[in-house]
Amino acid sequence: MTDIQQAAAVNALHELLPPLTRNEAAVEANRCLMCFDAPCTHACPTHIDIPKFIKKIATENFLGSARTILESNLLGATCARVCPVQELCEGACVLGAEHKPIAIGRLQRYAMDFAYGKELQFFTPTKPSGKKIAVIGAGPAGLSCAGELSKRGHSVTIFEKRELPGGLSTYGIIALREPVDIALAEAAMIETLGVRIERGKELNTERAMADLQSEFDAVFLGVGLGTTPNLEIAGEEHIRDGLEYIEQSKLAVSSLVVGRDVVVIGAGNTAIDCATVARRLGASTVTMIYRRTEHEMTAYPHEYEFIKQEGVNFLFLTQPVRVHTENGVVKSLQSVRMTLGSPDASGRPSPQPIPGSEFSIPTDQVVKAIGQVKPSLALLLKLKTEKGFIRVDKNMETSRPEIYAGGDCIRARGAASTVMAVQDGKLAAFSIHERLVAHG
Amino acid sequence: MADLSIDFAGIRSPNPFWLASAPPSNSGMQVHRAFEAGWGGAVWKTIGAPVLNVSNRYGAWQYGGQRMLGINNVELISDRPLDVNLREIVEVKRAWPDRAMIVSAMVESKPQVWHDIIRRIQDTGADGIELNYGCPHGMSERGMGSAVGQVPEYCEEITRWAMEAAKIPVIVKLTPNISDIVMPARAAIAAGANAVSLINTLNSIVGVDLDTLEITPNIGGQGGHGGYAGPAVKPIALNMLAAVAKDSVIKESKVPISGMGGISTWRDAAEFLLLGAGSLQVCTAVMHYGFRIVEDLCDGLSTWMDEKGYRRISDVVARSLHRITDFNNFDLSFRAVARIDQQKCIRCNLCYVACNDTAHQCIDLISQHGELVKPHSYEVQSNGKEEAVNTRPKVIIREEDCVGCRLCFNICPVEDCIHMFEEPSGRPPITWGQLSESQRPVTDDWEQMKAYREKMGIHIP
Repeated sequence: MTDIQQAAAVNALHELLPPLTRNEAAVEANRCLMCFDAPCTHACPTHIDIPKFIKKIATENFLGSARTILESNLLGATCARVCPVQELCEGACVLGAEHKPIAIGRLQRYAMDFAYGKELQFFTPTKPSGKKIAVIGAGPAGLSCAGELSKRGHSVTIFEKRELPGGLSTYGIIALREPVDIALAEAAMIETLGVRIERGKELNTERAMADLQSEFDAVFLGVGLGTTPNLEIAGEEHIRDGLEYIEQSKLAVSSLVVGRDVVVIGAGNTAIDCATVARRLGASTVTMIYRRTEHEMTAYPHEYEFIKQEGVNFLFLTQPVRVHTENGVVKSLQSVRMTLGSPDASGRPSPQPIPGSEFSIPTDQVVKAIGQVKPSLALLLKLKTEKGFIRVDKNMETSRPEIYAGGDCIRARGAASTVMAVQDGKLAAFSIHERLVAHG
Repeated sequence: MADLSIDFAGIRSPNPFWLASAPPSNSGMQVHRAFEAGWGGAVWKTIGAPVLNVSNRYGAWQYGGQRMLGINNVELISDRPLDVNLREIVEVKRAWPDRAMIVSAMVESKPQVWHDIIRRIQDTGADGIELNYGCPHGMSERGMGSAVGQVPEYCEEITRWAMEAAKIPVIVKLTPNISDIVMPARAAIAAGANAVSLINTLNSIVGVDLDTLEITPNIGGQGGHGGYAGPAVKPIALNMLAAVAKDSVIKESKVPISGMGGISTWRDAAEFLLLGAGSLQVCTAVMHYGFRIVEDLCDGLSTWMDEKGYRRISDVVARSLHRITDFNNFDLSFRAVARIDQQKCIRCNLCYVACNDTAHQCIDLISQHGELVKPHSYEVQSNGKEEAVNTRPKVIIREEDCVGCRLCFNICPVEDCIHMFEEPSGRPPITWGQLSESQRPVTDDWEQMKAYREKMGIHIP
């Protein structure tokens, strides 16, 4: 890729929504009614006092606004960008019914951008408690938990297997929605609270975990999920992994090869992101195939609307059967038509292949984004699970005392999202703190 | 189509809207364009004593993103030479014979100087003269403007000098920077003034800059009080208008009143007419949006008059004035209660917090299951728009405890959602005046008052 091509690629994936100008933010903030016991705050999983931070924007108390956000959600900058606000705060806005809901996400981003622009320390840790906590994984759940504990005077070390902190915010959400520097700046902010992040450190043996437990007073698992599972079809080795595809688009876009006619298998958030990358980096056609229908897809309605606008095609009730290659080059994806049968374990109608309906989709690149495998650490630590996810109680504690967990690795029910992970981390921190303080 | 023309103390105008004496009527070119836009008249920016102005002379009060709810100024009377002003007045009046041309004047407090300016104005062919007794800054320090308006004796004496020379109608413009505006109004009328106009601007300081600690607006590191005008002063102006219009002495004199102070829309205009204004003057709204606003001032007023069946302005003037009275005369048995239209309610809970924190604690939050709930009573794990919206309690008024204070009505952001319903109290009408006359102990003594309430069934939660 030439420099110009690379610049064009970066540009094509540039953050979609521009920041609000000061005046735009003021006008929008003044439009907020300042509801009492506001439904937006209830709808937000971290319960940010939204009217409070918005009115602080209106009064030009921008730092106070940022502090209000961070008091409830240390990852306010990421959440301002990636939250499905249509399903959460903005979806609950009382102005939504007859007017336009307040642009809460963008106002939050305005306050966060302002704060990060000033590089201020928002919280001063209280006096050291002498307690040590290990956090596994520097994704949103881990960072949130670590930050909250550090604020309370505990000594926290995060063990992160990758080189960069941030988890999916850094590696798995396309730059269009969240640029890498935002996720990294947020992790750096958590470090300023006194948290240590050990990078490139994977703890995947029983021994390592045992050592950790003896060295630390409590452990929090924010390990997320694993790789993309296999489709178990012929030619699988020619299919690109969706998460890797996105990671490359963020961190090494010049080496990312995008096909001319791309097929994306899946219809969740990551699949949408993969299709967006392919389309924006030059694919002539992008087709998403999904074995169920648009009613069952896990992508949010606003994502579906967005990707249609991007010019992506859909083939619903379609399941891949085999990747057809010639001389090692992908030529087409053999697929079969599906029909919906009775509900399966997930409660959704189970798709059944229609015999004799095989057909071929011409393509030179197939990307799969069909979810992630369940956390392997659960097995290693012999933790109780629920549908393969780590099972926790309402205090975010696993079946093993002093081991807590949160984020995607526990998300057996409901939609996995950054903001839910942040809240898990926060609640776990509260529980850990309470236990450590109570036990002296 | 309603007839908007007026005859105000003998000054004729095709509609009641005049530019107030202010920057918009500073020159022949401006007044000419205002008349082209449709203004019925103009009160020429005050001419008289020589002056020099400063920069940063206007300061605005902004609120909640709304620009210029109020404007304060330290601009003086016209800083253009007298002969230039007089010549342009001649030209504009000649070009616009059907429009009202009133010239505002302010000179040194000497009979000869006043005689002289009155005669020179009359020579222009102007229809009337307005005596500026209101300007609260700059001129007042020199014994003019509000320095005159604040002392009824001065007001009367100078008006008399003016009347000695005047052959055309004279309007005396009153300052609101006084305890009782009726006094200078009476004084002006006693001296033979043909009309009064009110209000001039209010003493004000607009603000302080939080970065520089300078006064807003900053005049070379200093600042000071200036005249305040604009939408924010309208309620003050309406009160003073009604006070003057209701005064028995002024009423008897049949002297008309030109109303001004925050008139921005035809609705404001209609309210000023209803409380007794016979002509209307506008400045701030023009300074904000330009001369073009006169179109809707006329159009809206005329449409409203047609709808209500009023054929001419005089049908409207003072039509609501008889309703203005003192607390002493209010019917204590009158009762209104607030009701919320649950279909329209968007559950912002603003009425709830206002009532409970600051008013009379008669609005409750009631869950979907009909139970009384406290605010913020959802579980920490609860989230998402469905849960937030579907579990949101209703706001319900306990009508028996509602004192009808009207705070919730004023706050509600939804049109026609909260109504004040007149709910007969079942008690015979009685005013405080009547009560204190007929049952004096009740109004003097708390024990008697308690007994009276009990007897009458007056429940105060």
